[in-house]
Amino acid sequence: MQLTNRSVQVSNKEMTLAEKMYLPAVISGLGITIRHFFRKKPTIQYPEVKRYLGPIYRGLHILKRDEQGRERCTACGLCAVACPAEAISMIAAERQPDEKMLYREEKYAAVYEVNMLRCIFCGLCEEACPKQAIYLRHDRMVPVFQERDEVIYGKDRLVEKMDDRYVRVASSEVQATPTEPSLTRAAT
Amino acid sequence: MEDIKPKLLKVTIDGILVEVEPGTTILQAARKIGPSVAPPAMCYYQPLKGSGGKCRACLVRVAAGSEKDPRPMPKLVASCLTPVQDGMVVENETNPQVVEARKGVVEFLLLNHPLDCPVCDQAGECDLQNFTFDHGLATTRYEEDRRTFEKQDIGPYVQLHMTRCILCYRCVYTADQITNKRVHGVLNRGDASEIGTYIEKAIDNDFSGNVIDVCPVGALTDKTYRFKNRVWFTKPVDAHRDCPTCSGNVTLWYRGEEVIRVTARKNEWGEVTEFICNTCRFEKKKTSDWTIEGPTKISRASVISANKYRADEIKPTFGQRLAAAEYKPIHDERDTSQLNIRQLPPERFVQTVPSAE
Repeated sequence: MQLTNRSVQVSNKEMTLAEKMYLPAVISGLGITIRHFFRKKPTIQYPEVKRYLGPIYRGLHILKRDEQGRERCTACGLCAVACPAEAISMIAAERQPDEKMLYREEKYAAVYEVNMLRCIFCGLCEEACPKQAIYLRHDRMVPVFQERDEVIYGKDRLVEKMDDRYVRVASSEVQATPTEPSLTRAAT
Repeated sequence: MEDIKPKLLKVTIDGILVEVEPGTTILQAARKIGPSVAPPAMCYYQPLKGSGGKCRACLVRVAAGSEKDPRPMPKLVASCLTPVQDGMVVENETNPQVVEARKGVVEFLLLNHPLDCPVCDQAGECDLQNFTFDHGLATTRYEEDRRTFEKQDIGPYVQLHMTRCILCYRCVYTADQITNKRVHGVLNRGDASEIGTYIEKAIDNDFSGNVIDVCPVGALTDKTYRFKNRVWFTKPVDAHRDCPTCSGNVTLWYRGEEVIRVTARKNEWGEVTEFICNTCRFEKKKTSDWTIEGPTKISRASVISANKYRADEIKPTFGQRLAAAEYKPIHDERDTSQLNIRQLPPERFVQTVPSAE
């Protein structure tokens, strides 16, 4: 029974003189080893060097702000109900009149938590979001954690920093949801 | 004396024959057949006398007026107000004209309705949301500014968000018929009409909370429940208590162990038949106040059932139909002769193809 044709039959036949000397075989083996020193290395030095993650990579979660720096999330709960791993939870609150510069809609998420141990990075929250608020960054991965209390990401770590805005170049097929008239008007 | 039994009238709705008593409307006859043929209703509310005829969501085509006069009716008719006649033939979903007209009705109802479902507390149990999802288009052509109003407080418990109102008049009829003294109604005319309480007078009636339940949209909302949670994260449970003013039959909406909302029970058409009093609705929010009867029956298609499964739960048919439609037999004709695996006879393998029923 033969699976591949690369197998070599083993035999106990008498070795020739060249084979008995061993040295040619040793040198050819060393040659293979030395050749690998000069090849391109397939490994990268990870924390110092990072690979390109690709335009549609799903990495670290981010809660986007709009152009005026207001939080887009309105705590509608569609991400949480779409999440197959039930990693997202939130508590909503009503915006006060003096908070109009902070939140876009009259309701906002007072607490928004993503459990990174539960998250499977499927991106369904991103698809479900009607306000284009939650994104999985394509350029950054979730950092390594050592402690269990580090894995529940609250709003302090999720909301986009104003000096570190996240921009994703939208592909031409991605369109704004038709339910938001301000966006559809901007698109046309 | 003999009981003179009224002659039953034969009506055909979407090809299904049903016998109803004289005086029944087309909508009620269709509801007698079942939810698959019943036209949608945004303003008609069976327990409220005089409701209906305003939203035009229930338009149907009458292909034959009656047995004696089998001419079709010239225009689409509102099925909630048109009484049936013997031998009437009604076309509901089967007629493309009706389907097209409903798309128009959705567009008209959404003219001034803000698309703020992510904010609105009614989302998930909203009649307009369901109606739009079932009958409307996914896009909007409307570009003008919608009319906006300031939020108003009607009494200590009810908040009126006039921007979302579709002027169905259900709350006005409720205040008229359920409570003793009506203190709110529709003011002004046409595009400027709005629900208002006269001189900002608070409704202090015992049954005023019921306007929240009859509202098909999120215009009248419970202030004690405002932004507390989304409907699909809560668990509805039937419960009752001995109440001196009302029947005491309610639905409790749980989040974890906490009752976050109390509403009246709704029947399969989303209508409240037993109105409850304000004490039950707003003040009894402890499990110890109630006798639990069991979980409320929620349709599998509802978003309230999302992510809640039971072992004996039947699977949603849409997924099965999709799987059956997309099914492709796997090409599995590898050469297995070299693997030295003893093959079981093919009869041992039952062909498992998902079937759509």
